[in-house]
Amino acid sequence: MSYIKPKFRHPNLPTNRLGYTVADYDGAVSTLCAGCGHDSISAAIRNACFASALEPHRIAKISGIGCSSKMPTYFLGKSHGFNSVHGRMPSVATGASLANRDLTYVGVSGDGDTASIGMGQFIHLIRRNLNMTYIVANNGCYGLTKGQDSATADLGSVSKAGDANPFDGIDLASLAILQGASFVGRSFSGDKTQLEPLIRAAMAHKGFAFIDVVSPCVTFNNHAGSTKSYSETRDHLDVMPLDFVPMREEIRTQYAEGTTQSVTLHDGSVIHLHKADTSYRSDDRKSAMHAVQTAEDEGRILTGLLYLDPDSQDLHQNIQLASRPLNELGKDELCPGSKVLNSINEGLR
Amino acid sequence: MKPTNTNDPEYFHKVVDCQYACPAHTPVPEYIRLIAQERYSDAYMINWESNVFPGVLGRTCDRPCEPACRRGRVEEEPVAICRLKRVAADFKDDVSNRMPKAGPKNGKKIALIGGGPASLTVARDLAPLGYEMHLFDAQVKGGGFMRSEIPSFRLPESVLDEEVGYVLDMGVHAQFDTYIDSLQSILDKEYDAVFVGCGAPRGRDLPKLPGRAEADANIHIGLDWLANVAFDHTQTIGKRVIVLGGGNTAMDCCRTSRRLGGEDVKVIVRSPFDSMKASPWEKEDAIHEGIPIIDNHVPKEFVLENGKLVGMTFEKVEAVFDKDGKRNLVPTGEEPAFYPCDDVLIAIGQENAFPWIEESTGVRFTSWGTPIINDDETFQSTRKEVFFGGDAAFGPSNIITAVAHGHKAAVSIDLYCQGKDLSVRPPPHVTLVSQKMGIHEWSYDSIPVDDKREAVPLVDLKAALKSRTLEVELGFDLDTAFVQAERCLNCDAQTVFTEANCIECDACTDICPTSCISFVENAPEAELRQSLLVPAETLDQDIYVSDTLETGRVLVKDEDVCLHCGLCAERCPTAAWDMQMFAYNLAKAAPILTEVT
Repeated sequence: MSYIKPKFRHPNLPTNRLGYTVADYDGAVSTLCAGCGHDSISAAIRNACFASALEPHRIAKISGIGCSSKMPTYFLGKSHGFNSVHGRMPSVATGASLANRDLTYVGVSGDGDTASIGMGQFIHLIRRNLNMTYIVANNGCYGLTKGQDSATADLGSVSKAGDANPFDGIDLASLAILQGASFVGRSFSGDKTQLEPLIRAAMAHKGFAFIDVVSPCVTFNNHAGSTKSYSETRDHLDVMPLDFVPMREEIRTQYAEGTTQSVTLHDGSVIHLHKADTSYRSDDRKSAMHAVQTAEDEGRILTGLLYLDPDSQDLHQNIQLASRPLNELGKDELCPGSKVLNSINEGLR
Repeated sequence: MKPTNTNDPEYFHKVVDCQYACPAHTPVPEYIRLIAQERYSDAYMINWESNVFPGVLGRTCDRPCEPACRRGRVEEEPVAICRLKRVAADFKDDVSNRMPKAGPKNGKKIALIGGGPASLTVARDLAPLGYEMHLFDAQVKGGGFMRSEIPSFRLPESVLDEEVGYVLDMGVHAQFDTYIDSLQSILDKEYDAVFVGCGAPRGRDLPKLPGRAEADANIHIGLDWLANVAFDHTQTIGKRVIVLGGGNTAMDCCRTSRRLGGEDVKVIVRSPFDSMKASPWEKEDAIHEGIPIIDNHVPKEFVLENGKLVGMTFEKVEAVFDKDGKRNLVPTGEEPAFYPCDDVLIAIGQENAFPWIEESTGVRFTSWGTPIINDDETFQSTRKEVFFGGDAAFGPSNIITAVAHGHKAAVSIDLYCQGKDLSVRPPPHVTLVSQKMGIHEWSYDSIPVDDKREAVPLVDLKAALKSRTLEVELGFDLDTAFVQAERCLNCDAQTVFTEANCIECDACTDICPTSCISFVENAPEAELRQSLLVPAETLDQDIYVSDTLETGRVLVKDEDVCLHCGLCAERCPTAAWDMQMFAYNLAKAAPILTEVT
């Protein structure tokens, strides 16, 4: 197996506003199984960061444990990274964000890391609305330990060993909407035309952005009977496409009324949504819940930007933290001295 | 677009840019791999099978393969294909016992007029089949232009003797020192076929230029002069020499002059430097030897004093392109330039001349003086049993083209002698074999190295200029040869796609280092080329289009800068991609003569 990617690139590779090519956002060659959906997600993150012209050194990748959590090695080789404890990525991300609020945080997790061991941390991360993008590479099985059913495996889905799953799966997207996440999306690793703009929008969103990505496990969950195989997923997708137009770019495409909706984000960029039906409203939690549930009842997987509150207050605003990263604060600001302490004490007398 | 038909061997052949560009279609990557494996003799035989003169060509080839080399499109310099060929020739063992022998006599007799590369190739292809070959040449030894026009400091005589010898040793009846002055006399001897490979031996002159006749003693036709030097008839030249012309012969003339006493040698050429016919490396070699190349100067007059040549005047011109892109050399109106000299060598091109072919033979010529030939596959002339090849067929070209002509003409002669239809050409020998050794392992060095091209070391300039026969280029040593061989991208390891296996997981498009692979909606070619990850702008490079996949999209692979690194196939979970070694051997009259396993 090759662990080296040749250095040669296409001579006409396009560059972004920073003068970088997409290759500048590459990581190491993946050691995941050939054909793993997670590799497609890695590529989508790479492409999204390139397209949005983010500076690699201003991005931090954080993950837990699992196949999914190996992913950050395979994209953005020139960014910061932290491979943390199983299910504990939210704590590390919170700590990092508190220390340096100016970086773009990309958390990568899996169905085990989020829906099982990390569920407690995940829920509280949503509740706090930490400004980060949280991507779950969801394959419905524990690929790293030979494919046992995970907490997101669908009821009745047949494992590679031949057993039908007796439990209902946890739908992380529904859970995130219900719990008050300010940005909830769902996508499929094999649909980059949707996944890339979704990731770009998530990164531009100020607040907690959650994306549940169906990502087939090519080794343990890509057989007949599995509900998360490439072909089953493709057969049951209800795709709501979206376009992401950054603030600096002119909006060129014309959109028909009714089935499309435009949302302006905090930083001035615009998301154009193509809705499944005219009554669907992505800024209405009930409507989103209803649409996701209806699709599920019909055996369909609704993908796209499911819910968005563009004006949410993130953790820093909510608890009024310092407006600059800690590493930019001087000694006097961090430790104002006994005079200030005395004045605080006086104020409490 | 319709799905690409990979069953047509020409599709994958075109992907192997070097082999496709080679007139004789030498399987370049195959012999380069053998060099990397230290199998020099095998590498030599692979070459010999296709181009008959690997040692000669490894030093003198016009190398159409190198500008075509894919490596030149992903970094600065192509693979040093030509000089690697020389490595195979330099380091091979004795291969004489691997050479084919004359076959059992089939009763047919063939006459070969001229002993150059085209004729020798015909002999090589037909002798093993049992044809009795009779070769006639005016020179004292075989090799034709390779012997008379290429200076020994570029091509040592021993190399030429060896390779000409391999052919002649197949029982060829060679009559040297025999100038054929009548085609009829040959036809009268009732050969079953006659092959004319006598070259285009006349150098063009400037008969109408003022002073030409008066200064004749110091004006030489380049080609004749080189031949005289090769056969030791000419041993000196004046101190100040002007070489007229901008082709490779001009370069050979100026460099030879430097070795025969020329101190102030100049090349003066009509056209701009960049559009000179000489190969860039030949121009570099001349400049390296202290020879200035003065461009945009049209010869005006030979200047004499007291009946002796003292110099030449030139009109200064500039290239102006008209609406149709046609170039005109327009005088700048400046004063004519005068350059003093003792001797002038005219190397401004060659003319065909067949004064020895009688009209009554039925061989007809075009208004350009070249024979009318059926087409560039059969090489049959208007007289059925007479075939042409090499420079004699279409005018001056190069050795490798002459070899290619020879192979095709030999096929024609063989078909003709069997009374078969010449237009039904035998197909090439083609194989396509998977290189898979394990789940992620290939039987070739798949990941390209980053090493740069290195120049071939030269002998010390002073020593070089003192000798006419001392070879200037030293050739690569084995360590350098290995690195240079490893630069080859193995373009014959083809990326073969099977639609039915593809699950559209995107793994190949994500990993591809040069962004060659896209999954897109099908469209007409022009549109499709623009819709790829990186638009396929190199139009002479094909795009490989699959049949419609499950999602309704097609796979499109732009062949242009594919590194053949196999990562697409390594990352493919279903073996929809496979790396398959493509071997393409041009059909020759003889079956494959040399087996290399």
